[in-house]
Amino acid sequence: MSEKTMNLTLKVWRQKNENTKGKFVTIQAKGISSDMSFLEMLDVVNEDLTRKGEDPIYFDHDCREGICGMCSLHINGQPHGPKQGTTTCQLHMRSFHDGQTIVIEPWRAAAFPVIKDLAVDRTAFDRIQQAGGYVSVNTGGVPDGNAIPIPKIKADEAFESATCIGCGACVAACKNASAMLFVSAKISQYALLPQGQAERYDRAQAMVEQMDKEGFGACTVTKACEAECPVGIKLTNIARMNRDYLNAKFFKEKTIHS
Amino acid sequence: MSSFNRALTSTLGKKLIMSLTGLFLCTFLIVHLIGNLQLFKDDAGKAFNDYAYFMTHFPPIKAVSYLLYASIIIHAIYALILTIYNKKARPVAYASYAGNKNSTWNSRNMGILGTVLLVFIATHMANFWWKFHNDQVPYIEYRTDLSTLETQATEISAGDFIDYQKFTQDGEEITKARDLYKQVSYAFQNPLLVAFYVLAMAALSFHLIHGFRSAFQTLGFDHKKYVPIIRFLAVWIFGIIIPIAFAAMPLYFFFCK
Repeated sequence: MSEKTMNLTLKVWRQKNENTKGKFVTIQAKGISSDMSFLEMLDVVNEDLTRKGEDPIYFDHDCREGICGMCSLHINGQPHGPKQGTTTCQLHMRSFHDGQTIVIEPWRAAAFPVIKDLAVDRTAFDRIQQAGGYVSVNTGGVPDGNAIPIPKIKADEAFESATCIGCGACVAACKNASAMLFVSAKISQYALLPQGQAERYDRAQAMVEQMDKEGFGACTVTKACEAECPVGIKLTNIARMNRDYLNAKFFKEKTIHS
Repeated sequence: MSSFNRALTSTLGKKLIMSLTGLFLCTFLIVHLIGNLQLFKDDAGKAFNDYAYFMTHFPPIKAVSYLLYASIIIHAIYALILTIYNKKARPVAYASYAGNKNSTWNSRNMGILGTVLLVFIATHMANFWWKFHNDQVPYIEYRTDLSTLETQATEISAGDFIDYQKFTQDGEEITKARDLYKQVSYAFQNPLLVAFYVLAMAALSFHLIHGFRSAFQTLGFDHKKYVPIIRFLAVWIFGIIIPIAFAAMPLYFFFCK
C-alpha cells in the first residue's frame, strides 16, 4: 500500500480536570501520513498546538507496541477505533480516509473519572486486582519441571485469560460500563491453575465485591466487550466467574463465605 | 447484611434473579402455547373452555400460577433496578456510539422489548384473565350425544349459569361453561388489537433469542457441547416457533372466523 497524505477534522473531548465540565473542540489535522499510527497523528496535532502556544491534547500512551494496555480512546463510537483486535497505538491512519471527521472521546464510566482531556483514571482496575487477584503463598525456589502437572488445554486457557492488558476497552464498549470481562479474566487465570485453587472461591467473591463497589455496571451479555477486546478475551471467562461466585455463595461451606 | 442477602444484591445476584425468573417464564410459554393450540380445534370452543376451567381450578396449577405472577413482577422490577444501576455506571453518554459494530440490536434493547411485553401482558390479562375471573364473558352449553358423539353448542344467559358443570342426562353429556373461546373470538375482530398482538410476538421473539441463552450464561453454563444446543433452542423454539404459533391465533380469528 502506498503512503498517502490526508487532512482530517478531529472532534476532541477537552476537559481541564475531573471537576470541570468538558466539551468537544474541533481541531484540523493537516498533512497526516496514512502510515502513521493514531497516536502519532495526535503527536503531530499536539506539536502544532504547542507551537501555537495552546495546551496539547492529553492522552494516555506508553509502549506503543500494543502490549501495555495504556492507550485508550473511544474513536468514532468504538474503543480503540474501527479495527477489532487492536489497541489505539496499533491503529493506523490508513483505516481512515482524507477529509473524514473523527470523534475522539475518553472511556465513559463512573468508575473511570476523566483526569484530563482523553485520559481517564483506571485505578479502579488496580483496586479490583488488589482485592484478590493474586496467590498468597511463598514462591520459594524454582519448582522442578512438571512437578505440578497441568494439562496443556488448561495451561493454554489460563494463558489466554492472562493476556488481558487491563486497558478498559471492555468497560468502554459495554452499554452498562461493566467490568465483567476484565474481572473474569483476572479470576480465570488463577481458577484454571493448581496454584490458584487454595483461594479460588475467596478470590471470586472479593473481586466481584470490589467491582461492585467501584460502580461498574452489570452484564447484559451483549458481547460488545469480547468483540472490542484488543487481545481477544473470551466471554466464557464471564461464565466461569459467575460459576465460581454463585458456587461460593450458595454451595460452599459456611467458612468460605466472605 | 447476611451473606445470602449480599449474594443476591450483588450485580451477579441480581442477574441470577433475572435469569431464574426469565427461564421460568420461558417454560410457562411452552405450556401456555400447547394449551392454547386448542383454539384451533373446530368444536365451538369446547376443549378450550374445559381447559380454561381446569387451569383456573386445579389447585397445583393455581399454586404455580401465583409463582408465575410473582415471576413476571420480579423480572420487571429487577430489570428496572438493573437499568437504573447500569445507567449510573455511565453518567456521561458517548457523543458517538457505534453499538451495532460490536453487538446485536436486541441484546442492547432488552429493556425496550421487555416494556413492550409488559404492556402486552397487562393488555392480555385485562382482555381475558380479568374478564374470565369477573364473569364478563358469555356462557355456553354443550350437549354431546353419547351415541353419535355429535355436539350442539348454544349460548346461555347468565341466569341459566350457576357454575361450571359437566353431567350426563338422557344419553347426553351436558357441559355448562364460561365461554372464553367466544371472548377470544370477539376480541380478535379488532384489527388494532390483532396488530398489537403480532407486534408483541415479534418483540417476544427478539427478547427470547437473546434472553434464553443469556440466562444460561448468567448461571455460568458454558459447556462446549450443550451451549450450541441452547443457542439452537433459543432461535428455533423461543425465537421462531413459539412467537409464530402465538401470533397465528389472533390472525386465525381475524381472518378465518
